[in-house]
Amino acid sequence: MSTPASDSREAGIPLIFEIGQDGRANRYLEAGKPLRDFLPDSVLREELPLPDNSELDVVRHYTKLSQRTFGIDLGFYPLGSCTMKYNPRVNDAIVSRREFAELHPYTPDALAQGALQVMYELERSLSSLFGMAAFSLNPSAGAHAELGALLIAKKYFKERGELHRDKVIVPDTAHGTNPASAAMCGFKVISLPSDARGRVDVNEIRKVIGPDTAVCMMTNPNTLGLFEDSIAEIAAAVHDAGGLMYYDGANANAIMGYTRPGDMGFDLMHLNTHKTFTIPHGGGGAGHGPLGAAAHLVDYLPTPIVAAVPRENGDASAAPSDRLTFRLDFDRPKSIGPMRSFWSNFAHAARALAYLYANGEEGLKRVSQLAVLNANYLRVKVAQFLETPYPEICRHEFVASAQSLKREHGVRALDLAKALLDYGYMAPTIYFPLIVPECLMIEPTETESKETLDAFVDTLRAIVDEAKRDPQALFDAPVKTVVGRVDETRAARQPDLRWRP
Amino acid sequence: MLEAVGVKSLDDLLRVPDGIALREKLDVVPALPEYSIQRRFGRFAEKNTGVAYRSFLGAGAYRHYAPPAIAALAMRGEFLTAYTPYQAEVSQGYLQAIYEWQSYICLLAGMEIANASVYDGATALAEAAIMALGATGRRRLLVSRAIHPNYRAVLRTYCDGLDVAIDEIPFGSDGTTDLERLSTIVSGGEYAAVAIQSPNFFGNVDTLSEAALERVSASGTVPIAVIAEALSLAALAPPASWGAQIVAGEAQSFGVAQAYGGPYAGFIATTQEHMRRIPGRLVGRTVDKQGRTAYVLTLQAREQHIRRERATSNICTNQAHCALIATIYLALMGKTGLRDAAALNLARSRELASAVASVDGVRIKYAAPFFNEFVVDLERPAAAVLTELEAHGILGGIDLGRFYPELASCILMTATELTTTGDINALAEGLGKVLHVHARV
Repeated sequence: MSTPASDSREAGIPLIFEIGQDGRANRYLEAGKPLRDFLPDSVLREELPLPDNSELDVVRHYTKLSQRTFGIDLGFYPLGSCTMKYNPRVNDAIVSRREFAELHPYTPDALAQGALQVMYELERSLSSLFGMAAFSLNPSAGAHAELGALLIAKKYFKERGELHRDKVIVPDTAHGTNPASAAMCGFKVISLPSDARGRVDVNEIRKVIGPDTAVCMMTNPNTLGLFEDSIAEIAAAVHDAGGLMYYDGANANAIMGYTRPGDMGFDLMHLNTHKTFTIPHGGGGAGHGPLGAAAHLVDYLPTPIVAAVPRENGDASAAPSDRLTFRLDFDRPKSIGPMRSFWSNFAHAARALAYLYANGEEGLKRVSQLAVLNANYLRVKVAQFLETPYPEICRHEFVASAQSLKREHGVRALDLAKALLDYGYMAPTIYFPLIVPECLMIEPTETESKETLDAFVDTLRAIVDEAKRDPQALFDAPVKTVVGRVDETRAARQPDLRWRP
Repeated sequence: MLEAVGVKSLDDLLRVPDGIALREKLDVVPALPEYSIQRRFGRFAEKNTGVAYRSFLGAGAYRHYAPPAIAALAMRGEFLTAYTPYQAEVSQGYLQAIYEWQSYICLLAGMEIANASVYDGATALAEAAIMALGATGRRRLLVSRAIHPNYRAVLRTYCDGLDVAIDEIPFGSDGTTDLERLSTIVSGGEYAAVAIQSPNFFGNVDTLSEAALERVSASGTVPIAVIAEALSLAALAPPASWGAQIVAGEAQSFGVAQAYGGPYAGFIATTQEHMRRIPGRLVGRTVDKQGRTAYVLTLQAREQHIRRERATSNICTNQAHCALIATIYLALMGKTGLRDAAALNLARSRELASAVASVDGVRIKYAAPFFNEFVVDLERPAAAVLTELEAHGILGGIDLGRFYPELASCILMTATELTTTGDINALAEGLGKVLHVHARV
């Protein structure tokens, strides 16, 4: 295969600030009176240095920007640890209904029963699916829920008079958010090396567990895509020492219907519903990070929680939740408190529930089965031409390495990633987890067909062949994208973070 | 595919040790075909009866006009289904949009640098406080009691983790922060930051005076401005003009749906001095290998995926799509549309104020200049009056007793450009009826 050589790049797109002109304002509202009719000059701003753009110019501008943006809708997005599965449009149709989109957060409970029922049904389903006593839908994303969990741990130990517990154990394969969240609660982080099998070794973790252990944070399957098969023993060891177990739910797409964090011995967990339950990631957010707790920690969950009481004249033939009345419960004295302005990223909770309805228990199990099948299929195919440092059954994702390509041809994981962009693929996650040199972390998800996986394998194989034949072609990649490799050093050394008039 | 993998069944791929294998039947909502899902959610929607009421609710979530072009653009699949733009070469569009967002926020707030978003206004305040703690090495915060109660509660949640103490400054009889108290308290030099919100929770313009700023500056305290109603920035002097070094805000007003509380778009803007302490993603403009203009995530050495436990924050996923919506809103509205929107908010809220003030037994509580919300005092428990107004199809505002025991007779009322004269008359009439009935009893 030859490198796509033609350079068909257009000129850059001017900033929205460079397009506008006075006199092009849109008439969305009637003209207002002068501001000084209402407020003294002393509190008013002197100028508002923003452009007026016609709607046509704005539509063209952001349409063009969208065309320079790669999303799942355009092609395969095997970004490891991010679960970039197809986002069903029905979810967006549901939340764009006026009764959801225009519902004010301070609407009295009695007039927001539908929204509360959505939150309640999601919370109950997640609790069952993951073996927790309850979830709070308050945190805004995975990292936010991690912070919440560690705040719970801190409060829990404080109340038990165990303030000396100041260590959080984190395997070296963990997401960077784990240690960063621990630090935000004043915990000291112990990074635990993985063993030769890419897992946490029970005997090794026992050496660092002690009376100062507060929490052990684990992802299972871990970020190498491997199931931590000693998880029950690890949890027992942490619990014996009086510590708590935290489950990072980023990889929950691999376990549904087979095991649950609660069954594995976890006391606290988060979910990234924007990963597992098809909420569109929107270019980096918003996310949604429900925080689950086992029975002994439920009282500490961030507020509010949706509470339910039986309705007096409930219709016995209706669904169970249709016979309940709901309210937001803020009166939870042991709670760590709220973590965000309002109750939840509600629109995302609704999307997640719609996805649960689309699948049900059996469907969710099928999701995990196909996600794991696709990952293993891709793993054995990719292993034909790239090293896979952990050659065994993986779960929803696996890691490959460009180490020998680098040694023999100077071609790095970064170069493979950039070359893939030229062929209409998103690159895998690279250089993570940190313990695998020249790492490519690949997660296909269950929504991709065998044809897509085969085509991806063919392309990656051809790129690896080319890397051996003509490394320079890879160093030059990408050449078909609207810009070539970006000068990141200059961006960091001469920060240009905004337009100036 | 199973054969290629070398296993006989799917169970062979997913098996877990016996002791942790799932045995019980789960209690998950049942599977439904798509049209039935729509119907189910249609039933939920019908139960959100509050959306049909005449609403005077605000307090951090606002009903503003959002041109349909916003959704047409923001819901394009390329934007909607992208991840964080790690691969810059195929993310130039989104990166440029975030660069434009950062620029808009800087221009509105009068600051030098803005990040790519944080979760919401409350977490923006918490993250801003963490920046100030790092900048000063101090362990105490001073916050105005006229800051949104939810924002203060979230700050407390975060500070419990950091073992940081928070002191509150009271507000005066005009419904603004007591600047004399502030000046005295801050002078001891023990506070990392002093935070005030403008317009504050009561809707009043609430900024540092020159004298207060002098005391704040002399004590080495970082002034933080909180913005819960971003549209006010189109009219009011930018926080930089009264000395704020960090602006922590909520951009929901810029076209983002109320959606029962989220997702919204928090932002942090600051001065050059604090650039390396700002949390979250930053997009920078640079060049590609051929010297063409290009955008990229930058200064990542601050962030959790590089720095782990030494990062400035743990934030990873932010609110990019809400920030995109806000950016498109700002582009469509332009300075003219924003000025008009601000002027209409000022006009309608004053129309509302004079209408309710004409009702016997209703008094406008504060005399301070306000933007689009204000406090009325009924001199009787407000909660009961609000409940009775609901029977007239009206959500009359927020019962302030919920947050301030001493204001249990007060309601926070909001009017925006979407509030009609019909709404206003209905509320005045409803209030008259409710209060009149009480008066006769």
